[in-house]
Amino acid sequence: MLKMNPLLAVSIATAISLAAGNAQARTEIQNKGSDTLVNVAQAFAEEYAKVNPEVAIAVSGGGSGTGIAAMINGTVDIANSSRKMKDKEIKQAQERGHNPIEHIVGYDALAIYVNKANPANSMTIADLAKIYGRDGGATKWQDLGIQVPGCDSGEIVVVSRQNNSGTYAYFQEHVLGEKGKFRLGTLDMHGSKDVVDLVEKTPCAIGYSGLAYATDHVKTVCMAMEPGKPCVMPSEDAALDGSYPIARPLFMYTNGEPQGEIKKYMDWIMSDAGQCLVAKEGYAPVRKIACK
Amino acid sequence: MADTRGALGMPTAGVGDFDRRDLDWYIDKAIGALVFVCGFSAIIFVLGIFLFVTKEGIGFIFERLDFREFFLTPYWFPSDPDAPEYGILALIAGTASVTGLAMLVAIPFSLGAAIYIAEFATGKTREALKVLVELLAAIPSVVWGFIGLVIMNPLIIAVFNVPVGLNVLNAGIILGLMAAPIMTSIAEDALKAVPDRYREAAEAMGATRWQVIFKVVLPAAKTGLLGGVLLGVGRGFGETMAVLMSTGHAVNIPGSVFDSVRALTATIAAELGEAAVGEEHYQVLFTIGIFLFLITFIINLTADLIVRGIRKG
Repeated sequence: MLKMNPLLAVSIATAISLAAGNAQARTEIQNKGSDTLVNVAQAFAEEYAKVNPEVAIAVSGGGSGTGIAAMINGTVDIANSSRKMKDKEIKQAQERGHNPIEHIVGYDALAIYVNKANPANSMTIADLAKIYGRDGGATKWQDLGIQVPGCDSGEIVVVSRQNNSGTYAYFQEHVLGEKGKFRLGTLDMHGSKDVVDLVEKTPCAIGYSGLAYATDHVKTVCMAMEPGKPCVMPSEDAALDGSYPIARPLFMYTNGEPQGEIKKYMDWIMSDAGQCLVAKEGYAPVRKIACK
Repeated sequence: MADTRGALGMPTAGVGDFDRRDLDWYIDKAIGALVFVCGFSAIIFVLGIFLFVTKEGIGFIFERLDFREFFLTPYWFPSDPDAPEYGILALIAGTASVTGLAMLVAIPFSLGAAIYIAEFATGKTREALKVLVELLAAIPSVVWGFIGLVIMNPLIIAVFNVPVGLNVLNAGIILGLMAAPIMTSIAEDALKAVPDRYREAAEAMGATRWQVIFKVVLPAAKTGLLGGVLLGVGRGFGETMAVLMSTGHAVNIPGSVFDSVRALTATIAAELGEAAVGEEHYQVLFTIGIFLFLITFIINLTADLIVRGIRKG
């Protein structure tokens, strides 16, 4: 992480605005973080540019950890995260004079993806813990009573995310439990889309990612909290009403209570116009709204 | 850095000079100083980088590092909220297995290519081959990684009927092909350095072409060839992007070439951007950096000494 010298930043900004000559002064908002949220954030930025062309919003992904690290280091105005900031992280930020304020901008169902050839229709959280957990007990599909055509060895190819992903942290906490640890040998992908792509090409694979990354070439699994309970397919509605067992809030963190242009932007995100974009990108808005 | 110049003996205007101090004199001095700075900049940069990496990682080494955990456990889970685990054994095993396989691929390839270019090819074929080998070295590593991800992955699944094609085999082949050009160039230099009188003497004794190469030229060039191999190993240890994309990036001690692994370099690349500056996770990545730096430094130094050895003798 490069931390820019404030003096240098100011002089560059001055140079740019001088070079721009008589162009109107534009405010730039730096927005960074969660891979799960990056498409929504991008859609927000594009749409907001039409509402308020004065403000330019620079969006980049890289994972919740990236956004939170940037918030701690003070290099970002709004950090996107698919997990809550840890107390330790909030304290670190405060020690550096930054004050992260949490905003929930939508909800996401964490979908479990398997290859099209995989006959598994429903799974329980316990099944996932067996596959992903350290000494979980399931290394072959047969251990779960499943025969996957095209997966001759039967070995489960466990696809996960890199260890700073918010999705990874959420999965660890809510599937493997407070003290649960991941097993060795998971394939740690750098982006949500990479997970879905790999599962699509690999008959033996299983992976997790936001529902918005679902395609026609992979299968999402119906999830049940416990064996015997009815399973629920991941969907926006199921995420919002809480019936889907692994749904999570999506956060944006601002440095201090939002002010000025950042406040206007956050207010717009929470308005019907912003929330309809959340729905359009495949996530659940924070409240029931009618979008066209 | 500026204050080190004087200490390094940068030329300064002497008191007792009898030269005319016209414009040319100053230009001469300025150019001299510039060339001097450029010459020493390599040393300054290497030292600077080493100091920076050490500075960032040293905190972890003193405060948190448990040598036994670090080098002897395979569990690399540095972002765990309660009990982060910092074992790099699996990462070392990943890097070593991929590099080892890469050498198995690259050594026969590059040695064969070098023998052909140095001993058999003539005229235009020779020039064309040399240019092509250099061109191969110019392919960016991310392109190699892409080939591993998009072409080799399904190919390995189809050919060997294994569950996943992002594994030691995939990365080893990719890395072998990446290391082959530099190894070919150095091996060719080493073969060319063998005096022609050796070959002529052998041929005069009635040796066949093959016997000349196998019994005379190769033994005479063996230190140079070894140096080339070591440089290839150094390349393998340091390569990042292609390995990140083709190994599967799984913390795992491989039991066969079909297991996914993760390399030391790839771990730094994937995680550094996301670690908060100064935090334990950030520092431990720099500690891995120090470790890598030391290994590649030792490999390159050994290679250099070996290559230098033959140039002199």
